[in-house]
Amino acid sequence: MLEVKDLRVSVEDKEILKGLNLTINPGEVHAIMGPNGAGKSTLSAVIAGRDGYEVTSGSITFEGEDLLEMDIEERARAGLLLGFQYPVEIPGVKNVYLLKAALNAKREHLGLPELEAPEFMKLVREKLQFMKMDSSFLHRSVNEGFSGGEKKRNEILQMLILEPKLALLDEIDSGLDIDALKIVSEGVNSLRDAGRSIVMVTHYQRLLDYIVPDHIHVLSDGKIIKSGDKSLAFELEKRGYDWVIEEAAQ
Amino acid sequence: MANQEMEQLVRREYKQGFVTDIESDTVLPGLNEDVIRFISAKKEEPQWMLDWRLAAFEQWKEMTEPEWAHVNYPTIDFQAISFYSAPKSSDDRPKSLDEVDPKLLETYEKLGIPLHERAALAGVAMDMVFDSVSVTTTFKKQLGEAGVIFCSISEAIREYPELIKQYLGSVVPVMDNYYAALNAAVFSDGSFVFVPKGVTCPMELSTYFRINAENTGQFERTLIICEEDAQVSYLEGCTAPMRDENQLHAAVVELVALENANIKYSTVQNWYPGDEEGKGGIYNFVTKRGECRGDNSKISWTQVETGSAVTWKYPSCVLKGKNSVGEFYSVAVTNNMQQADTGTKMIHIGEGSRSTIISKGISAGRSDQSYRGLVKILPGAKGARNFTQCDSLLIGDQCGAHTFPYQEISNSTAQVEHEATTSKIGEDQLFYCRQRGISEEDAVNMIVNGFCKDVFKELPMEFAVEAEALLNVSLEGAVG
Repeated sequence: MLEVKDLRVSVEDKEILKGLNLTINPGEVHAIMGPNGAGKSTLSAVIAGRDGYEVTSGSITFEGEDLLEMDIEERARAGLLLGFQYPVEIPGVKNVYLLKAALNAKREHLGLPELEAPEFMKLVREKLQFMKMDSSFLHRSVNEGFSGGEKKRNEILQMLILEPKLALLDEIDSGLDIDALKIVSEGVNSLRDAGRSIVMVTHYQRLLDYIVPDHIHVLSDGKIIKSGDKSLAFELEKRGYDWVIEEAAQ
Repeated sequence: MANQEMEQLVRREYKQGFVTDIESDTVLPGLNEDVIRFISAKKEEPQWMLDWRLAAFEQWKEMTEPEWAHVNYPTIDFQAISFYSAPKSSDDRPKSLDEVDPKLLETYEKLGIPLHERAALAGVAMDMVFDSVSVTTTFKKQLGEAGVIFCSISEAIREYPELIKQYLGSVVPVMDNYYAALNAAVFSDGSFVFVPKGVTCPMELSTYFRINAENTGQFERTLIICEEDAQVSYLEGCTAPMRDENQLHAAVVELVALENANIKYSTVQNWYPGDEEGKGGIYNFVTKRGECRGDNSKISWTQVETGSAVTWKYPSCVLKGKNSVGEFYSVAVTNNMQQADTGTKMIHIGEGSRSTIISKGISAGRSDQSYRGLVKILPGAKGARNFTQCDSLLIGDQCGAHTFPYQEISNSTAQVEHEATTSKIGEDQLFYCRQRGISEEDAVNMIVNGFCKDVFKELPMEFAVEAEALLNVSLEGAVG
């Protein structure tokens, strides 16, 4: 699904990612953990194609295609979705309008006709219910005046509707109380299947109790320095990151 | 009157003054009393009207061109402008759409303008005027039954002299400003609307029906009167770029609302803005003012401004009546080299008068835009209230946005609120939308339209849809 090879990335001439390798196969759920400033957010930004990041060497392929050659929206239409840590507010643009535009852009890419209004509304209502969100939310402006929890739920709602092949969830658990965390996790888990991959970037073990990953990676100083199965998370929770960093230095 | 004789007389006196061929008359450039006499004669105006024009001209000569606006343009040589041009005959017009600039047609297409209307807008000569004749006839009949007068101002001067004498220049006096005085002297044509007491105009009135038929020219004059308990909604302009060869436009619009009357005036202005370097665009210097004379009367201005090279206009409300209401909703878009200095004035005289100002400015390219607004509360305006919100959105980093709010409050019971924001179209917002698969252009349109929502919702439904499309076309290529 996703293949990152020897990726080096600079921001304003400062190297952030220093030869990162990562392979994600279809159906897998990965968690990327690591101390602050390790390059976790840079990695998701580069994969999504955000401006301001200079790839100095290495490659990223998505289903065999060179991702770095594609525009932001092309990557999205090809099935890549980034769940934002801080979803931005767009005043005056209704949620339902953004959802519709996004879904239709994807359908057009797939050669499908636009969804008729009743069908679209049926789909949206179903997913709203799943996320335990009120339908009044559709007519509010995108993320405007949303609580932290509502913003994160909105990200997952979009994911449920757009059904990406690869979801990259950046700190999706930050700022959530336990109830919201459950709802968000259920949303993500409902999309787990053999053809879809999920990458979570997180600080906390807590999220991984709800969305259990197949693989865990420790990102430190721009490289993945250790990978393991879910038991690695418990160890990190107990012992912190220092021992991994020391181990890697030897 | 012997219009023809008059014309001959004028022509004899100024042999060099006029070029006349069989089909059209155009006054040679320059402005003097005889040109004004000629215009007045052409319109078969009564003597009092001519006198009014001449008096305005005398005053205009004493005035100097204002320079306070935040715009730059070369000094206008008034002796180089032709002040009268009769409607073009069909021989001078394009014969079919094949002869029209393909770029113009492309824009019509993007705006979703129906095929048959494209021809009319592009100025194609049409001898067989399809539906519009019957539409206009039905239209006139319906209005007539309701007692509403809707005609050209020239016709009104001839047919309803008492109304004209009573109201013309009563809201915007001849001396009001340099361009208002000029307009009073040389106005070419415009619209007249009279809604009698107690009547709600049965339909939205649109200049669109009239302008296609005749070239109203560069000095438009509009007068709308709503008597007690009457209501009207008036739409000016058109989203399609209008074919026009006159560079200077100086219109005057006057609105009068008597007790309990309600006037809603909506404008979509899309004059030629010039090329990317700003060459050839129209100068639009407009004086628009409404007077709420009666108690509980209401005047509401809504405007979407996307055209012109230089725009200078402040639709205003004079709130004389007790509890009268003034509103101003504006979206102004400037791109490339366009300049706009626009806003409003709310003059509170009556007790309990209220006003709302919502202004949304969008600047892109190398354009420059200013909001200039005055809220004035006179000593007698007990309990007057104003709410002002003006927001600017910048696209790119070479454009400018400025806000010049003025407040003069002379009554301590008044409440005045002012909110202003300036934001750049967010990289974050664009990235967010594009990450959801929406193209950059669609994302910009979506964000800009969202920004303008508060104003668009004030427009009549059909106009609002057109306005959104227009904004998208105006900002094409503004990003990336």
